[in-house]
This record gives sequence, structure tokens and C-alpha cells, in this order.
Amino acid sequence: MNSLPITEADLQAYVDGLLPESRRAEIETYLSERPQEVQRLLAYQQDKQAIKALFDSVLDETVPDALLQAARAPRPGVAGHLEKRVRLSRWSLERMAAGLALVFLGAGAGWLGRGAWQTPDMLAQSARAPVAAVYAAANSLPRQAAVAHVVFSPDVRRPVEIGAEQEDQLVAWLSKRLAAKIHPPKLGELGFELIGGRLLPGSSGPVAQFMYHDSTGQRLTLYVTNEQSAAQDTSFRFAQEGPVNVFYWIDGQFGYALSAGIDKGELARIAKAVYSQLQPG
Amino acid sequence: MSAQDALLTEVGALMVSAVPRLRRYARALAGDHAAADDLVQDTLQRAWTRIDTWQHGADMRAWLFSILHNLHVDQRRRPGLTTVALDDEALELPVRASQTDGLDMRDLETALQQILPEQREVLLLVALEDMSYEEIARTLGVPLGTVMSRLSRGRSRLRGVMEGRIQPRILKVVK
Repeated sequence: MNSLPITEADLQAYVDGLLPESRRAEIETYLSERPQEVQRLLAYQQDKQAIKALFDSVLDETVPDALLQAARAPRPGVAGHLEKRVRLSRWSLERMAAGLALVFLGAGAGWLGRGAWQTPDMLAQSARAPVAAVYAAANSLPRQAAVAHVVFSPDVRRPVEIGAEQEDQLVAWLSKRLAAKIHPPKLGELGFELIGGRLLPGSSGPVAQFMYHDSTGQRLTLYVTNEQSAAQDTSFRFAQEGPVNVFYWIDGQFGYALSAGIDKGELARIAKAVYSQLQPG
Repeated sequence: MSAQDALLTEVGALMVSAVPRLRRYARALAGDHAAADDLVQDTLQRAWTRIDTWQHGADMRAWLFSILHNLHVDQRRRPGLTTVALDDEALELPVRASQTDGLDMRDLETALQQILPEQREVLLLVALEDMSYEEIARTLGVPLGTVMSRLSRGRSRLRGVMEGRIQPRILKVVK
């Protein structure tokens, strides 16, 4: 029986000792007449051993605590993933928020330097969050709005950058930064008062967030972008991101998203009020 | 302890046991201490968010290596800023090892970074993890033939760099 031709793959497998005995013998016969090839394969084998020797010491290093923690079951909340629940768990929302927070930090804007809204725990989490993956996943209007809501609305001390008492300044500043006339709708009739607003990084530029609260302390955020150039107008749409309900719509270059942890019906009423106030004229 | 808790603990223990090998591979792949540990950390976090894609009883190591590979590919594709942690280590001046062995080792480490990452992956999985070519193909999500050609080219290129036949691309000329 004629043996198969010797290929480069055979020679590599010979180096790695991954050939069956019979084939191995054929390769050795082949190599016995080719000293240069023997030299080459020997060098490969030495390189392979050297690579192992070079990095084997890593196995003996003490594993950093952060890695051990990441390897262990994170929290009971993650159990949802084992049950293959599709719904975005509270846990991953927090992570997303943490990831986004890091993106904000990465933007290096001075306004974040104050950092008063960030708890130490969040900072610790954000330092470990897989930023790109999280951010890419969050790259849609309702999701970004929901994340911004989750990040900022629980903050007691600094939920906004400029408070409602300086509404003129807030409007002037956000309008300038978004290069469009932006003003917070009045929702007093629906029981929500303006707390203030802030500037956030969107997918390609600044976006604005206005925050409101009612008498029970329930917070509501309106997220406004003007980077919807590729998008078409949409009617009201509803999205749910974990505990946060979001109504959003796109109007020309503007995208609006209203987020709160409140009932869908009530949020819809507020969304209609916001929509009617935002119409020009 | 509920059955679920027990399962979570078991999975956690499997992941913990894989960490040293993930670190070794990541160190060799990324070439940088901090970047390597970040990669492992991201891998573990992504693994937990996708734990439902892991089949109970399946090879945890291979699964984690696949995730690490995908994250590394994402990093390579991502344009933009690469950040390096500025720890005490980074502020120390590099000191040349006095032994010849040390120099050779350093050369090998540098040379490894001079070959294409796709080739480096295959070389490292063979050398460090003793994976079969089929396992590597599954881990990297490429055909077996691709694994073989990357291995052959990678080894050849690594030799070339080590022997000075191929100039390291440390300096890039910007025109």
C-alpha cells in the first residue's frame, strides 16, 4: 500500500507528538533523508518547550482576589441565567450601568471628576466591567435611556448637574451643547416636578437627561438625543429593561425616551403629555 | 443549600480552578501583565452572564478559553484607545536580566508579540495547553486547516524573528 504524501501538517503534528505510531514511522523515514527539515522541526520543538518554560511560572503566582471573586458565583441574582430567563436581570442591569459609568469616566469629561453620584461600590464594579461588550449591547435608545435612568435616578445627593432652581442656565447649557433648542416639559399637572438635568455622552455626541420626581419620591427621567440621523420617525414604543419601563419615540433627528419604575399606563399618560409639549408652535 | 446553590458553587469552583491557566494563556497572548488579568476578569464576567450556554458536564476550560478568545478578538478589532494601568511596576525602569537565559527568555517574549495574534493563539494553545488541533479549531471557531496553516506560519515566523531574519516591527513609520 502506498503511503500518503507527507504534508506540512504532518510535520507540525510530528513536532507536537500528535501522530499515530504508523504515520510517525513514515515521517521519520522521510526526515532521515532531509537533515534541514530535521533542524527546522527541532527548532520548533525547542521553541515550544521554551514558551512553556517562559509562562509556566504564572501558574504558581497568587491569583488576585478580584479574579477569584469574578470566578465564583457572583450573587444569587445570577441564578436567573441558569433558568434561562430571557428577561434582563436586575444584576445585569447594574453591570450595564457600571459599564456605562466607566465609559463616562473614559470620556474624561471634567464634569465627572466630581463623581459624587457614584458610590464606592459602583466605582469598584465599573473598574471591572467589560466595557466594550456592555456598551455595544446598550447601543439603542431605550436601553441607553434605561441605563442612564438606573445610574442616576437612585442618587440621593447629586441626581442632576444643574438643579431646577437654575432652569434658565440648564436650558441654555443643554441647548448649546446639543446645538438645538432643548427645554424640559412641565409635568406639574401630572404630579411630577423637575429636579434638574445633566449632559451625558450618547453614541456619537452629547445627550441630555431631565429628571423629575413626584411627592412620593418616585423618579422619572426624560432622555433626549439629537443623533437619530439614520432613524425614521416612530410612534410611541414601549420597552422594559428589568425594573424600568421606557416609552420612547423618534421625531426627526430627535429621540426621546421616558423612563421610570412606574406602571406602563401611567407612564404612557406622561409620555403623551411630554410629546404634546415638545411639538413646536 | 438548595440544588441551585449547590450547582452555582460547583460551577464557581470549576471556574476558580481554571483561573491559573487562563492567566497563563492571557499573559502570553497579551504580553502585558495588567491587560492579561483584565482579559481574564472580563472572561469570567462574560462567562457568568452566559452561563446558560454552558452545558453541565462540558469541558469548562475549553468553554472559558473560547470566551477569552472572542473577547481578545473584540479588543483587537476595536479601534480607539488602549489603556494601560499605571501601577508601580510600570514606573520602574526596565532592567535587563543579567543571565543569558533571561535574555533569551525576554527575546522569546518579545518575538512572540511580533507574530500575528491569530498565529500566536494557536502556538500558545499547543505549547501551553497541549490542546489537540481539533480542540483548538473548536475553541477558536475556525476550520482545522486554518489551525494548521496558522501553526506552520506562526512557528516559521517566530523562528525568523528569533534568528534575526525578520526584523521586529517595534517602530512604525508614519507617512
